[in-house]
Amino acid sequence: MTLGGAGTVARLALGTGLVLALWLGCAGSRSDEKVTLRFWGMGREGEVVAELLPDFERENPGIRVVVQQIPWSAAHEKLLTAHVGRSTPDVSQLGNTWVAEFAALRALEPLDEQLARSPSLRRDDFFPGIFDTNVIDDETYGLPWYVDTRVLFYRKDLLSEAGYDSMPATWAEWKRAMAAVKRTAGEGKYAILLPSNEWTQPVIFGLQAGSPLIKENATRGAFSDPAFRTAFDFYLSLFREGLAPAVTNNEVGNLYQEFERGYFSMYITGPWNIGEFRRRLSPDMQGRWGTAPLPGPEPGVPGVSTAGGSSLVLYRHSKHKVEAWKLLEYLSRPEVQVRFYALTGDLPAHRAAWGDTLITRDAEILAFGRQLRHTRPTPKIPEMEMISIELQKQAEAVIRGVTPTEEALRGLDDYVDRALEKRRWLLSKRGQLPAVTS
Amino acid sequence: MRSTIEQQQNRAAWIFVLPALSLIGLFFFVPVLGGLVLSLTDFDIYAIGSPDTARFVAFDNYRKIFADHLFWKALGNTFTNVLIGAPLSVLVSLGAALLVSAKGVRLPALFRSIYFAPVVTTLVAVAIVWRYLYHPKYGLIDMGLGWLGLPPIDWLGDPHWAMPAIILMAVWKNFGYNMIIFIAGLQSVPQELYEAAEVDGANAWQRFRHVTLPSLGPTLLFVGVMTMIGNFQLFAEPYVMTQGGPVRATTSVVLLMYEEGFRWWRMGMAAALAFVLFVITAIGTLIQMRLQRGRG
Repeated sequence: MTLGGAGTVARLALGTGLVLALWLGCAGSRSDEKVTLRFWGMGREGEVVAELLPDFERENPGIRVVVQQIPWSAAHEKLLTAHVGRSTPDVSQLGNTWVAEFAALRALEPLDEQLARSPSLRRDDFFPGIFDTNVIDDETYGLPWYVDTRVLFYRKDLLSEAGYDSMPATWAEWKRAMAAVKRTAGEGKYAILLPSNEWTQPVIFGLQAGSPLIKENATRGAFSDPAFRTAFDFYLSLFREGLAPAVTNNEVGNLYQEFERGYFSMYITGPWNIGEFRRRLSPDMQGRWGTAPLPGPEPGVPGVSTAGGSSLVLYRHSKHKVEAWKLLEYLSRPEVQVRFYALTGDLPAHRAAWGDTLITRDAEILAFGRQLRHTRPTPKIPEMEMISIELQKQAEAVIRGVTPTEEALRGLDDYVDRALEKRRWLLSKRGQLPAVTS
Repeated sequence: MRSTIEQQQNRAAWIFVLPALSLIGLFFFVPVLGGLVLSLTDFDIYAIGSPDTARFVAFDNYRKIFADHLFWKALGNTFTNVLIGAPLSVLVSLGAALLVSAKGVRLPALFRSIYFAPVVTTLVAVAIVWRYLYHPKYGLIDMGLGWLGLPPIDWLGDPHWAMPAIILMAVWKNFGYNMIIFIAGLQSVPQELYEAAEVDGANAWQRFRHVTLPSLGPTLLFVGVMTMIGNFQLFAEPYVMTQGGPVRATTSVVLLMYEEGFRWWRMGMAAALAFVLFVITAIGTLIQMRLQRGRG
């Protein structure tokens, strides 16, 4: 009896304690009504985005944003494990080539409704090629935050020494210019650097020649098809004719020193290098280099480039989607985008931001502005990165003389067909493909 | 009467062993079994999104692995590391241990620490330094070759030299650990044996061959097996130094598994690769133990 009594008392005490704790907990959350949004930013963007947020919090006193910075090298794994463990943030930055993958994982919230209702944002506020990277199967999963494409960085002085006052606009002319540069540069120096450990360059040439890279609703490789073959032959000819050295980025060592030394006069790279070239090249080198949009395969056909950059995405498991969308709208405002550009050098995704004098007075940036009108996304499927890397491996094997061209491209198509078997099966299950034949 | 005591003892023993057994079962056998099941499916990124897209494929993953030339390439690279890297590592460790524990060496503790230092240094820092050493234009190693009148070698860029470069670095990084074990082994060799051998007129080599080596037998077996298993699991060095390149020349089986599993999220394929590696390592260990038992 006494024992039972003690038990009852203990149970009562426990029960009261629990109720009390619950009540306190509720009271606590009620007095602190602020919604906390969790934002994951990557690399440099993650460092500086916090500086843009006080204004947002002032406009929305009920919202507090907590930024967590994630290094790029760990970002992909961290986001995936977060999704599997149901601990994704409310909003994050996401490289736009990853959107397809995270959409396939069903980690992202479609934004079409919010976008249609939004008073301040419209789809055509953004560069079309870049916006398109966020659209998977007719649903929009992200808003472009900043854009990234590749243009040609080149030595104006060396090009004019070789007899060219401006960068040619077609492949044929461009190659003649490269040959002239190589002649004046001399032994041991080259016209262009196309690092053999990067897939970007062969992919760009393929897109320029009109190759879809992957065909039939992105289920079969198109690398042996004539369009890509033309591009690949052009790419290889630059090595065969001694215009580009067969080296990786690592072998070059210090890229900026070598550019200054004239080891190469042209380099296809992205906007972050504008800042680097200004900082790392010596003062008397400044003014002797410039940027230009990429040449096209034929006269009248503009040279397209990749549609890179990062998007802002909203996660499906977020409990604060309304507030999160406000943050997306805020970060997409032209004036906020200009501030973000000033902080990071990342090019604004909102086209209205490009009217700002900060950008229009910058000749090197303007080449990017012109290039951004001609961008084309790579196929938007989760397997694309894997395929791009295999393309780079095969291209490297051809450049180094290990594999013949024909065999490499056929091998690449075989690889793609094997890698996309699951995708074909999924599509045929959904009735978007005729029955799988293989 | 007796049997009840035995029964009681038995029961007590089981109760004592049970916690450890259930922990091992829960955290070792269950996951391994899970991995085995996983290796029979095509669990991938689509299946993480909607699990019903995972298909049971029986031994298809294994069939694909054996049909993939990349696997054979990775296996070849791994065997290069096991057959060249592991013996080299053991030899260097043994040599260093003999040197450090030789009579008349000054400051043995200092040398022990110096040789052990690479083991406790983070690999990423080591890799950065070695990338400089291996640099074809500015690297110290190629500069040395230049003084000897030899042409420079593009260590990490040339498919033929990349694997030797990785092995060299791995040996340098890891030999200190085995050295310590050998030093401990050497200390347990009875001094009288050496004295007796000396009285019998054995020279230094004969003393090493007939006293040191046989006494080190168990240590050698342990070091040999552990080094071999470690070398089968080559991963961090190529991951940091070359990412498996150039032209896949340094892709090991574990690196391949990592790429399949954590880069492309083809978990079924990665699990199958893990089991293939497990079987190969087990066979290698058995062979080595049989060989050394035969000799002992």
